[in-house]
Amino acid sequence: MKSSARQTTPVKIKIAGLNLWYGDNHAVKGIDMAIPANRITALIGPSGCGKSSFLRCINRMNDLIDHVRIDGQVIVDGKNIYDNDVDEIAVRKRIGMVFQQPNPFPKSIYENITYAPLKHGQVRKGRESDALVEASLSSAGLWNEVKDKLHSPGTSLSGGQQQRLCIARAIAVSPDIILMDEPSSALDPISTEKIESLMLELRENYTIVIVTHNMQQAHRTADYTAYFHLGELVEYDETKKLFMNPGQQLTEDYITGRFG
Amino acid sequence: MNNHPFHDPGLKARHRSARLFKWYATASIALTLAFLCFFLFDMGRTAFPALWQTYVKVDVSYSEKTLRLTSKAIDRKYRKIVSRAWLRNIRRQVEVKPELMGHTLSQWVLADDQVDQYMKGHHYNLKVKQIAVVEALKVEGAIEMRWNNIFFARGDSKLPENAGLLSALIGSLLTLGVTMLVAFPLGVMTAVYLEEFARDNTLTRFIEVNINNLAAIPSILFGLLGLAVFINLFGLPRSSPLVGGLTLALMTLPIIIVSARAALRSVPDSIRQAGYGLGLTRVQIVQDHVLPLAMPGILTGSVIGVAQAMGETAPLIIIGMIAFIPDSPTSIVEAATVLPAQIFTWAGLPERAYVEKTAAGIVVILLILFLLNTIAVYLRKKYEIKC
Ligand SMILES: Nc1ncnc2c1ncn2[C@@H]1O[C@H](COP(=O)(O)OP(=O)(O)OP(=O)(O)O)[C@@H](O)[C@H]1O
Ligand SMILES: [Mg+2]
Repeated sequence: MKSSARQTTPVKIKIAGLNLWYGDNHAVKGIDMAIPANRITALIGPSGCGKSSFLRCINRMNDLIDHVRIDGQVIVDGKNIYDNDVDEIAVRKRIGMVFQQPNPFPKSIYENITYAPLKHGQVRKGRESDALVEASLSSAGLWNEVKDKLHSPGTSLSGGQQQRLCIARAIAVSPDIILMDEPSSALDPISTEKIESLMLELRENYTIVIVTHNMQQAHRTADYTAYFHLGELVEYDETKKLFMNPGQQLTEDYITGRFG
Repeated sequence: MNNHPFHDPGLKARHRSARLFKWYATASIALTLAFLCFFLFDMGRTAFPALWQTYVKVDVSYSEKTLRLTSKAIDRKYRKIVSRAWLRNIRRQVEVKPELMGHTLSQWVLADDQVDQYMKGHHYNLKVKQIAVVEALKVEGAIEMRWNNIFFARGDSKLPENAGLLSALIGSLLTLGVTMLVAFPLGVMTAVYLEEFARDNTLTRFIEVNINNLAAIPSILFGLLGLAVFINLFGLPRSSPLVGGLTLALMTLPIIIVSARAALRSVPDSIRQAGYGLGLTRVQIVQDHVLPLAMPGILTGSVIGVAQAMGETAPLIIIGMIAFIPDSPTSIVEAATVLPAQIFTWAGLPERAYVEKTAAGIVVILLILFLLNTIAVYLRKKYEIKC
């Protein structure tokens, strides 16, 4: 039943035989999956089933952890990002990430946006940076709220605003793909709503993969949903189909709330 | 009456032991404070007289003869009353002001230390005749106590009335300057390497254990190490602030490393993750996001390390920084002494006048330590970044 989603859009990320071990702990087990471009793909599943571990494989964030072993392929735009001639820094530049806890840099809102693009040489100081700040914050729906205090610290914003700042910061380096690990689980319903409508807007230009514990969120936002269980991909299909008519008993148990 | 629902027979004893515990804690704090107050009061009381010095008004004659034999410049009966150090200085006075030659002038002149001690009511060593002279001067109003500039403006001297703290103070500054210039960058870089770059393996754990052990080594051993390595092996000049500073740097390093690592560890990992997620390199993340957050902690630790180094005497004695230094050093390769070593020297001298100087030196050290701690608090407050 794996990868049964009928893709009508081009595939952005093709994952083949992906395994991950933390020491002896086999946390991600032989995942095959094709993630379509310009769509939102949600990863759901009970706690500890390896969603975050899997997500972090897509931009090689797991390389930073000692004693991690990964095998298999993650092919983005036709190139396996685990090939020897691929630099993980370049991978992470094109595949951005938003975390569960908002984590702005302890710098001004302005510097939060411009720091990485300046380091990557994507913009220059001055007018270019100003334009980038406005564009990124506007895409993240934060511009109107912060345009008068761009030089106050990013940490002075509310939790929901900080999370949108983090999204703006991720967009600023113009990635193709944005990975989000439970981006709204630390937020109130109104901020969550804002993040969700933001994701739907961003879908035009980005491929989004999101981990969520919130069934409604997956239902509302995702085009495709993958259900993970104990490190395995149990079912992967169009969201509507997976929720209305799950093909697997495990999936049905989970979405009807029988466990998890 | 004892059978209401909240009756608990064990509570009474528990309250009693809580009260007792609180009482012990309060008593020990009170005792500590009492000791501290006593120490400070006693130091202050002993040190206070050192701020004043006796001067007498006598006739001084400037001529060929008196320049050759300076003790002839004043009346015979004042010979034991006036400081020999001051008399020696009349040659310099004439050099600066040649028109003094051939004149006899009534001048305020630094008094001998015994006279000074007599005036301060301490133990003194004067003959009856000399006491009579002093009393006569008193009646004439030709003797007075003045603010003791010499103590802060001159170096050490064998004549107590002429002895000051300045050369030791400058020696301390030069030595600590070297210490800081060496220990701060080395310590911070080591901490950054161990915390941010090193993989957790047997080698780094071995280094870690040894750094922690280094902090516990008796300081005198660092002096021996400094003697063996910097002086005997590298041939650096003995007694110099350079060698002293390097030796103290060895001692300060582990303190800086340990506090810098603690500061780096307290920076939330989410900041690093954010950086990696944007495709930044480890160096960029550490330099621009982690270090600024850790800086207040690192600075506080470093200032505490310097404060500790400032009070250190034993290793510096071994490398010869306890020399007699009348003139302030002007570079880090000249012979110098440091404040605690100067105090140690004065404490060992027999003249009564050095007692108050010793105490005053200690008060100066305490004030500097207090200042350093204030700086540490200030830096922490100033550079604290919320995250
Ligand atoms: N850094 C790590 N080192 C060692 N083991 C880890 C690490 N991170 C995760 N694991 C283990 O890998 C397994 C999967 O963890 P993961 O965080 O991917 O789960 P998850 O599905 O994201 O859970 P949650 O929904 O609670 O976030 C768990 O057994 C966890 O203990
Ligand atoms: Mg997770």
